[in-house]
This record gives sequence, structure tokens and C-alpha cells, in this order.
Amino acid sequence: MAMDCASCAETQEKLAKLHEIIETHKDVRGSLIPVLHEAQELYGYLPLEVQLEIANGLNIPLAEVYGVVSFYTRFSINPKGKYQVNVCLGTACYVKGAGKILDKFKEKLGLDVGECTEDRKFSLDACRCIGACGLAPVVTINEDVYGRLLPDQIDAIIDKYKEL
Amino acid sequence: MSNVNITIDGINVAVPAGSTILQAAKELGIYIPTLCYLKGINEIGACRICVVEVKGAKALVAACMYPVNEGMEIFTHTPKVMSARRATLELILSNHPANCQTCDRSTNCELQAVANKLGVRDIRFEGETVNATIDAGVSIVRDNNKCILCRRCIAACKNIQTVGVIDAVNRGFKTTIASPFEMPLGETPCVNCGQCIVVCPTGALRERNSVDEVWAAINDPDKYVVVQPAPAVRAGLGEEFGYPIGTPVTGKMATALRRLGFDRVFDTDTGADLTIMEEGTELLHRIKNGGTLPLITSCSPGWIKFCEHQYPEMLDNLSSCKSPHEMFGAVIKSYFAEKEGIDPAKIVTVSVMPCTAKKFEAQRPELGKDGLADVDIVITTREFAQMVKDAGIDFASLEDSDFDNPFGNASGAAVIFGATGGVMEAALRTVADILNGDSAKDVEFEAVRGVDDIKIASVEAGGMTIRAAVAHGLGNARKLLEKVKSGEEELHFIEIMACPGGCVTGGGQPIQPASVRNWIDLREERAKALYSEDKAAFVRKSHENPAITNLYKEYFGEPGSHKAHELLHTHYVARGKYQK
Repeated sequence: MAMDCASCAETQEKLAKLHEIIETHKDVRGSLIPVLHEAQELYGYLPLEVQLEIANGLNIPLAEVYGVVSFYTRFSINPKGKYQVNVCLGTACYVKGAGKILDKFKEKLGLDVGECTEDRKFSLDACRCIGACGLAPVVTINEDVYGRLLPDQIDAIIDKYKEL
Repeated sequence: MSNVNITIDGINVAVPAGSTILQAAKELGIYIPTLCYLKGINEIGACRICVVEVKGAKALVAACMYPVNEGMEIFTHTPKVMSARRATLELILSNHPANCQTCDRSTNCELQAVANKLGVRDIRFEGETVNATIDAGVSIVRDNNKCILCRRCIAACKNIQTVGVIDAVNRGFKTTIASPFEMPLGETPCVNCGQCIVVCPTGALRERNSVDEVWAAINDPDKYVVVQPAPAVRAGLGEEFGYPIGTPVTGKMATALRRLGFDRVFDTDTGADLTIMEEGTELLHRIKNGGTLPLITSCSPGWIKFCEHQYPEMLDNLSSCKSPHEMFGAVIKSYFAEKEGIDPAKIVTVSVMPCTAKKFEAQRPELGKDGLADVDIVITTREFAQMVKDAGIDFASLEDSDFDNPFGNASGAAVIFGATGGVMEAALRTVADILNGDSAKDVEFEAVRGVDDIKIASVEAGGMTIRAAVAHGLGNARKLLEKVKSGEEELHFIEIMACPGGCVTGGGQPIQPASVRNWIDLREERAKALYSEDKAAFVRKSHENPAITNLYKEYFGEPGSHKAHELLHTHYVARGKYQK
């Protein structure tokens, strides 16, 4: 994919910021997780290139960085979509059929958990209890909350965002 | 150090303060099973198979880590202990494929051994075996299906070698040992040293097996198959056939190779002597002409790849010499082929190496001429032992024999190449004689022997002082290189071996379980085999090996000649840390 100059400059700017983040935390024991948090905030996710910068900057093996990133569900190696679908798999939602809701989203979006559509419009995640058990099963899409869902309502919801 | 008095299973014993329960039990001959523990490498108390009961303690403790205290009462086989160990083992086994018969590590598997010791006959749990992709590289094969997550490989790779290309990934039931982004090892800065293989308790890590290729070459009537075993092979091979650790089996090894059907049986030691001639000359040339110093040895392909990834700015410090078996491969396909009137295209050169990195090295495009690789196939000491077993040869009953002419047996200097400090000592023997213009009687350089992390020596010869250093294990190499870069150490010559202990404990050597390695220093024991061969050798200096002087007379002229450069020297490639 050819990059236009605008995104080129943006990339350089982000990289400079990433170096700043690394520089601030460098030489402090246990600095990896704070750096990862800030880097994820900056980029939205933690791709190989970003993890490699962090590994080199903090002088630790990339495998260790990746090990930490893959351990915590808060960190993502995939970009997030414009619309971030989050299916609650907490106990209440799960017994109310959240598994089927998740399957429907997977099928409709053609995604596995943690992935993002190629047009970067939708990403799909599963999460633990979001504290809205009365509405189980619950799905959030960005700031919107959908409760007491049935699998056949999913099509219409997705279509709504596609048209936005 | 003072002693503490404890009782284990009712037996009183005094052991040094600071001992672990595992060490104390060993004193009394009490077996405590271990799986993740490997002394000096992986001491994390993770697997809990070694638990014991300590009077007054709330829970069972891990014997591998728990230090003894005065008056401590320990019980190693109470029902509580046995039931806990059993449950742990059954849980591990429930996730482990039950295909032991066809596993590389069958009969030499620590998991199998522990299961046998604990007498597990039934598994109460229905586990879940994963269906992991097998990562088969040029040197190393990773099969996570057989992994028990002990993390010894991570420790060897990250802490000992400072390479760190594998780590624990994901968590809980999904935990696996993987490289970043699950990329194949071949795309990482892995140096193929194989230290992960020799610490693995199961068959999750192994070399890429080339035995079938060797048999095919031997059985091809159009091929002339020439074999050469490395110095360290003779120090370890015996272990595969029940000999005590540190028994040299050189003569039987030569006979076994001949019995397998190789057309000529040469010795990489000859290549080692040749290396000393070229490298010694290179060192003196650089010192006299203001060349890049320190000169660093290039025998260890794990070290070479490490340098290419981690210290590309130091590639000029590397000796341009090919490694001994590659030099010798080039000689076999040129000088030897011409002398014997054999078409080099029909020659297949096989190297038996204590090393997995040699497999990667052999396929480097720069190590060959006119489309012919210097070395065609590399097998490890383990693969060689497998061939001997395949062929139904009773190794112990073999007669001793010498290596074939025209190269015959090499010098004592060459045989010690297999131990850390050996290349340095061999080089110093020759360089000192050249500088002094005589032949010294005293040939032993004790200062560069042994298993200290970094050894530094000053050698006076011909009115000058040569500052030499030796590092083994890439973590130690890194420490030494940082000292060189900072100017803390000013040196002329450095020997670096990728594997701790040098080639005798290389990634391709027989695998000794933790139950042996926790109590014996393999590096020292195997090195003894080589130093005893050196002491008994008729010729102890490379430049006094008649086959070598003859080779220069008949073919190369002199060390560093144009022809020598064409066939015996190479160049290196700067590699990124992660190529994308």
C-alpha cells in the first residue's frame, strides 16, 4: 500500500512520540507495561513494528514484549475498527446465550475475536462482565449498549453501522 | 560454610547451610523427581513435581528451591506428597501425546522417566492435546504438542545465550512457548545453537534430522561419500552407547564410520589444524599491518550468526577463515578430488558435528564454489549414533582404527578445539613458535582452560605481548564484547564459542537429563576426554602436522596465499534483528 505524504508525516510524528514514551520510562524496573499502555493509546494497537521499537528501546527481547502483550487481554495486536463490537461473556450474559450472539457477529462480520475488518470499520472483541447483567445478554458498540439481544437482531444492528 | 542438621524421612544428616532440600536428599540417596528444574539454568520451582512435606509448613514445598534450616524435618514420600506428585504428573500426561514409540526422545525423555519412577499406570483426567503446527527450520524443529511448559528452553535462550527469541505466550490453558507473533524461528535472530534442544526434557525440541539423506548418499553408487567428525564428537559419542561421560571413543568412532559405508573417513581435526595455520597468519598479519583488532575466531556458526544479528558493526573483527569442517570440505572437493582423480560433483561431504548451527552454516551460499557446497550434509552426534544403531553395529565391540590417508590423524592442538579455550590454545602454540622462531616444548596454556565465564591471558612471544581472551556461551560473549567496545579491555585475539563449555556441550551432543546435569558439570567432564587425547598425541601443534605441511607444499603454497583465500576464507552478512 503506497503511503501519501500526509500519512508519512503522521507516522513520523507517532514514532517520535513513541520514542519519547520509551525515553521517559527507560531504566526503570517494570517499565514495560506502562510503555505498552501508552503505546497502545498512541497507535490504538500494538503491531510488530511498535513492539520491536519498544523491545529495542528498553533493551529486552521482542519475545518477552510479545509474551506480555499476549498475556493481557487489554493489549491488542490487531487494529480496532471505527465501530468496536464488544460482546459480554460474563456469567449472566453467557447463560442467557451470549455465545450464540458472539457466533452470529463472527459469522456476519467474518471475524474471529480480536480481529478487525479489512476496511477497518468493525472490530470484534469478547469481554468479561460489564456490570449490566439485568440486560443480559449485552453487547456494546463504542458507547452504544444493546441489551436482551436475540441472534436474529444482529443483522439489523450491523446494517445500521454500515450505513453510518 | 557451616552445616545445618536436618532429618529427611527420619534419617539425620548434616548438610551445608544454603543447600536446597533436593541437594540434601541427594546426599542421602533419596530420589525426588524434578521436571522444570535444571541447575544454573532454570530454577523457578514451577512444575511442583518435586514437592515434599516439611514439618510445620502450611503447604507442600518445592524441594528444588526450598533451602534447608537447622532442625528441619522433611518427608519425601508421605501419602500427601505422593498424591500431589501423582496428580501433577497425571495432569501433565493428560495433555501430552502418547506416541512415545516414535518420539525422538523415546527412552531418553525426562517426562517418561518420571512417569516410570512414579509408577503411573492410569490417568484419571481427560486432558486436551493441542494440535500445534510444527516449526521445522534448517537446524531446529519445534513441536509444541510435546511441550510441558517447563520453560528451560526460554531460560537457556534468554538468560544464558541472551538471544531471547522464544518466550511464554498467551495465558492459562492457551499458554505456549513461541517466538514473537508465532513467526517461524528462521525469521527471528535465532542462532540455531540448539541449547534449547539439550535442555528440553521431552521431544518438543529437536534437530532437523538428515539421517535419510546420508543413507541415500551412501547407497548411491554414483556418489563418493566422504565423512569428517568434529573434535567434540569423540568426547560425547560414547554416552550414546553406555560409556561413562568423558570417555574418548576416537578409534571406535572411525571404525563405526567406515562400517556405515562411507568411502573415506577423515577427521575435522585436520580442518582445525588448517584453520590454525590460516587464522594464526591472519592474526600476525593484522598485528603487524594495523588491521582490525581484536581478531575474533569464526569456528562457531552460532556465534557468527549472533554477531551478524547483534553486533553487525564488529563483522570486520571476525576472522575471515571458514570454520574447520567447511575449510576441510573445500579441500576435499579441490585438492583431494584432483589428487584422487574424482569429479568433485560426485563427492558428497558429510560432517558429523556436535552442533545444530552447522546445519544452517552448511547451506550458506558463500560457503561453496562453482555451485558445489563445501559441505553437503551435516548430522549431529545424536544422528550419527542413530545411524550406528540403525545399522545394527555393536559399538562397544568395535576395534579402534585410524583416520584415512592422505590426511590421517591430526594434532593434539586440533582435538582440543572442542573445549572452550581450545582454539585459543592451539593458536597460541603455533603463533608463539612463529614469533619465537623455535619449537617450544611447553605447549600447555592453562590460563585459557576451564569453564570460567571469561578467561583473559597475556602471552609473551618474540618480544611482544599477545592479549588473548576466551568467552563461551553467548551471554558471556556479549559481556566481553561490551568490554571491548567500551575500551575496558584491549585485546589482540578473542575466542568465542556460542555454547557454554564450547562444542563438547554443543546443541548437537548427546542429551543428558537434569538428573545427571544437576550433579555433574558436563562441560568439564567431556573436556577431559579431549585434553587426554591431546596429551597422548604424537604431534601437538598444528604447524607440525605433516599432512598440513604437505598440503601447503603441494597445493596452497603458504598460509594466506591467493589460493588459500579462494578456498579457505569467507565473508559475513549484516542481518537485522527481525527481518520482515
